[in-house]
Amino acid sequence: MSNWIDIAALQDIPQRGARMVKTAHGCVAVFRTGEDEIYALDNACPHKAGPLAEGIVHGKAVTCPLHNWVISLETGLAQGADEGQVATHPARVEGGRILLDITCLRAKAVA
Amino acid sequence: MRQKLIVIGAGMASGRVIEHLVEQDPDAYDITLFNAEPRGNYNRIMLSPVLSGEKTYSDIVTHDDTWYAEHAVTCRFGEHIADIDRVAKTVTSENGDVLGYDKLLFGTGSNPFMIPLPGHDLDGVIAYRDLEDTERMMAMGPEKKVVVIGGGLLGLEAAAGMAARGADVTVVHIMGHLMERQLDEAAGYLLRKALTEKGITVKCSANSKEILGENGHVTGLSLDDGTVLPCDLLVMAVGIRPNVALAQASGIAVGRGIHVDDQMITSDADVLAVGECVEHNGAVFGLVAPLYDQAKVAAQTLQGQTASFVQKELSTKLKVTGCDLFSAGDFADGEGREDIVFRDPARGVYRRLVIENNVVIGAVMYGDTADSNWFFGLIRDKTDIADMRDTLIFGPAFQGGTPLDPLAAVAALPRDAEICGCNGICKGQIEDAISAGATDLGAIRAVTKASGSCGTCTGLVEQVLAHSLGDEFVIPAAQPMCGCTDLTHEDVRRMIKSQRLTTMAAVWQECAWKTTCGCHVCRPALNFYLLADWPLEYQDDPQSRFVNERKHANIQKDGTFSVVPRMWGGITTPDELRAIADAADKFGVPTVKVTGGQRIDLLGVRGEDLPDIWRDLNAAGMVSGHAYSKGLRTVKTCVGTDHCRFGTQDSTGLGIKLEKELWGSWTPHKLKLAVSGCPRNCAEATCKDIGVVCVDSGYQISIGGAAGMDVRETELLVQVATEEETINVVKAVTQAYRENAKYLDRIYKWMNKVGLDWIKSRVVDDLNERAALVARFELSQSIYRKDPWAEHVARQSDTYRPLANLSLEAAE
Ligand code: SRM
Ligand SMILES: Cc1cc2nc3c(=O)[nH]c(=O)nc-3n(C[C@H](O)[C@H](O)[C@H](O)COP(=O)(O)OP(=O)(O)OC[C@H]3O[C@@H](n4cnc5c(N)ncnc54)[C@H](O)[C@@H]3O)c2cc1C
Ligand code: SF4
Ligand code: FES
Repeated sequence: MSNWIDIAALQDIPQRGARMVKTAHGCVAVFRTGEDEIYALDNACPHKAGPLAEGIVHGKAVTCPLHNWVISLETGLAQGADEGQVATHPARVEGGRILLDITCLRAKAVA
Repeated sequence: MRQKLIVIGAGMASGRVIEHLVEQDPDAYDITLFNAEPRGNYNRIMLSPVLSGEKTYSDIVTHDDTWYAEHAVTCRFGEHIADIDRVAKTVTSENGDVLGYDKLLFGTGSNPFMIPLPGHDLDGVIAYRDLEDTERMMAMGPEKKVVVIGGGLLGLEAAAGMAARGADVTVVHIMGHLMERQLDEAAGYLLRKALTEKGITVKCSANSKEILGENGHVTGLSLDDGTVLPCDLLVMAVGIRPNVALAQASGIAVGRGIHVDDQMITSDADVLAVGECVEHNGAVFGLVAPLYDQAKVAAQTLQGQTASFVQKELSTKLKVTGCDLFSAGDFADGEGREDIVFRDPARGVYRRLVIENNVVIGAVMYGDTADSNWFFGLIRDKTDIADMRDTLIFGPAFQGGTPLDPLAAVAALPRDAEICGCNGICKGQIEDAISAGATDLGAIRAVTKASGSCGTCTGLVEQVLAHSLGDEFVIPAAQPMCGCTDLTHEDVRRMIKSQRLTTMAAVWQECAWKTTCGCHVCRPALNFYLLADWPLEYQDDPQSRFVNERKHANIQKDGTFSVVPRMWGGITTPDELRAIADAADKFGVPTVKVTGGQRIDLLGVRGEDLPDIWRDLNAAGMVSGHAYSKGLRTVKTCVGTDHCRFGTQDSTGLGIKLEKELWGSWTPHKLKLAVSGCPRNCAEATCKDIGVVCVDSGYQISIGGAAGMDVRETELLVQVATEEETINVVKAVTQAYRENAKYLDRIYKWMNKVGLDWIKSRVVDDLNERAALVARFELSQSIYRKDPWAEHVARQSDTYRPLANLSLEAAE
């Protein structure tokens, strides 16, 4: 079962930018691409836990601000030669609002 | 027995319903057609060609009096329905007539949305919806000024139509690029370029504030930024709202539009609705294609047949001659998507496909839309494109594949594009030299001097050679900027200057970028080049900056930040020190350290606390030290004549002056200065990017030092007699560096490429050039010499806080 909750307006995140959301199991980075897609990933780079929300967003990827690993926003996988993956969470836009699936975040907290 | 059908609104949708009915079962209904407009059905979308003069009103009438008479449709034009009694099943027209119905059909369309700006009710403020509006606009000939608010489909058609009649038209659009709902930035850039060529002024990211008037008539529009645009007519084309008032008043279910089911029946079984006034499955409509489908279904429902309306993919075109664009399908929302991009700067072509699971789900095209139907077909039919993926972007004709041309950007340059900035040599002169027999770089240099001075345009000259000579000339391999382009940093910088590229979208298009929006390598570089070359036109893009420059603080390995306030020339006061100490206490700063740059670093500040700590430091008179920037960092000084027994000049004072002049400026890499009071050089001036050593007779200015990964001693640029001249020379060198160096080259690296002599020739020998460089530096500083901390505190402190806190929800 999914349980979408309204987080904020799409405009609250700049295009090719991100903002951070606090949850019980840690911070989640919510990204908005140049095409207004929204993705949610744990805010911790698989390399050394760099805050991905502070990275540069390009296409459907973000470059970690600490050592430039490039992480796919779709899969959470590190691109190129780097290996690692960060958890992704269901997120979508509806009527200009950003929705996150809270069930998924909660399940994670229990697991 | 014939039943009575009353149709409210003679629009494009209801017109189709009537057509189907009289064709399929002429005896089923007595039809009465009401229309608020004083005329029958016409092709509303053709108002644009009427406006531009390509058609007349009579060309676009779809049903004339003869047609209505032939099909026994009773027409009540110029008369709106005022009331509906669904129990009695009657309607009341505006003049009080009451008519009974068996079935009622809504086709009331939509109302243009008027932004309730002050002055929106002035005479001369109109929408663009019907013939009356069109006629108002047709009266706008030469010498008339018009402002159109809204850079969407409708606004641009209005603008182009009036421009075609000679009016002086300005489009004011709130978003960053035109038609943002249908187009991406690249296509929006090309569209803007085409409209500008038609003489239309386009203002994007422009927020309207107030409509100005005199004697009840509009005279202009003022914007947020203070600009006033005078005008004789103001057209608002910012969107439409389904016209639901009548339905709502009669108790029919409405949301954004009149709710209908798949059969186009409203919440009342005898009342149907079609067109822009309806809402079906949460969607409302603004293009005719789906309305025609609805009309077909409604006609069948009225005849007791079963049919269902299904929403389909839509495509958009703009009916402005010379602006060939096409957009279809979906660009937003969704996982697992991939882009294929093709750009041909020479032909002004841009194509982009969005692909998901081997199916094309969206397409944007500009310039060459010949294949748009083919692509639209792929989208609609969900064709599997796995087999043709590699050549898909070239369209159906090219399904064998032509490779992308790495020389496309240079091929597209006009003959008068300046390739060599030092010697003012244009592409045409190089081409002429090639035709005259110069077939290698040396020969070109000998004949034209192009690339013979600073040499940063060498790459472009070689590309002109390669393009002109074909296989006879092999370009030496050069390192492209990044994977998004074949061009080097130097090439791109020259392109930006010679083509006057003032936006990132312009660079991506004209330099044939292979990605939609660059990457973390090219975007920060482009952002710097654009702001350095066009300080007034270009808007700094924080999203293209590394986090440190976006948040004006240095990110640490644990995600916290360090905060370094400026200490001009290394001088501080007890009050400043107290404020720093207080801030450190208040925000629990774990480490306070004296830096190697003569100031104090507060390390380990939480991101959320940044605006608050800055506010406190600002209140004590301190500003950002830019310890995070590719820009002016520190100006180290020694105590000089103030205290030192050897001091020859006021080194501390000069250092402070220099820092106050230069701070806030962005540079290709960080820029560090120092001023020492005598050759003992206690401020280590000779290992700085720019160093000043004071001597009895004046000031020795030397450049190109470093003490990081490379340790270098500066080289003497010039000795001057006064502080004032020192400051000017420093500004001129800084500006020459900003205008010419590759992003992330410190001065010493740039100097190795262009040579100290070249720099001397501009900032020492040529006093006019020196003055021009100083003037350009000052112009840029008029924008950038301000404290980013104070600005962020005032305008965007919210963005430093989490977007939401779900800790509680998630724990429930
Ligand atoms: C704070 C400070 C060290 C200190 O505690 O003294 C410092 C700290 C950093 N330096 Fe530095 N440098 C500091 C003075 C220096 C100096 C000395 C100086 O300026 O007189 C140098 C050598 C002089 C020079 O630049 O030529 C210096 C040469 C570097 C370099 C090598 C640059 C080069 O071109 O080779 C880097 C790396 C870079 O910039 O790419 C660097 C980068 C860094 C960064 C920004 C690394 C990073 O990207 O995160 C460090 C940030 C630490 C942090 O989290 O805050 N730092 N760094 C000094 C701040 C000075 C200030 O007040 O702004
Ligand atoms: C300038 C322009 C260019 C366009 N270009 C395109 C294009 O290129 N492609 C495209 O797909 N679409 C285009 N459109 C949109 C398209 O014209 C509309 O989607 C379409 O006309 C909507 O049809 P409709 O029947 O729902 O409403 P309308 O055509 O607006 O008709 C509704 C009618 O109902 C009347 N009415 C309202 N209330 C009452 C009442 N109470 N009593 C009696 N009558 C009433 C109104 O006066 C109006 O005449 C364009 C629109 C405009 C204005
Ligand atoms: S020398 Fe500079 S970059 Fe290296 S660890 Fe120290 S502060 Fe960081
Ligand atoms: S922590 Fe992200 S790249 Fe190192």
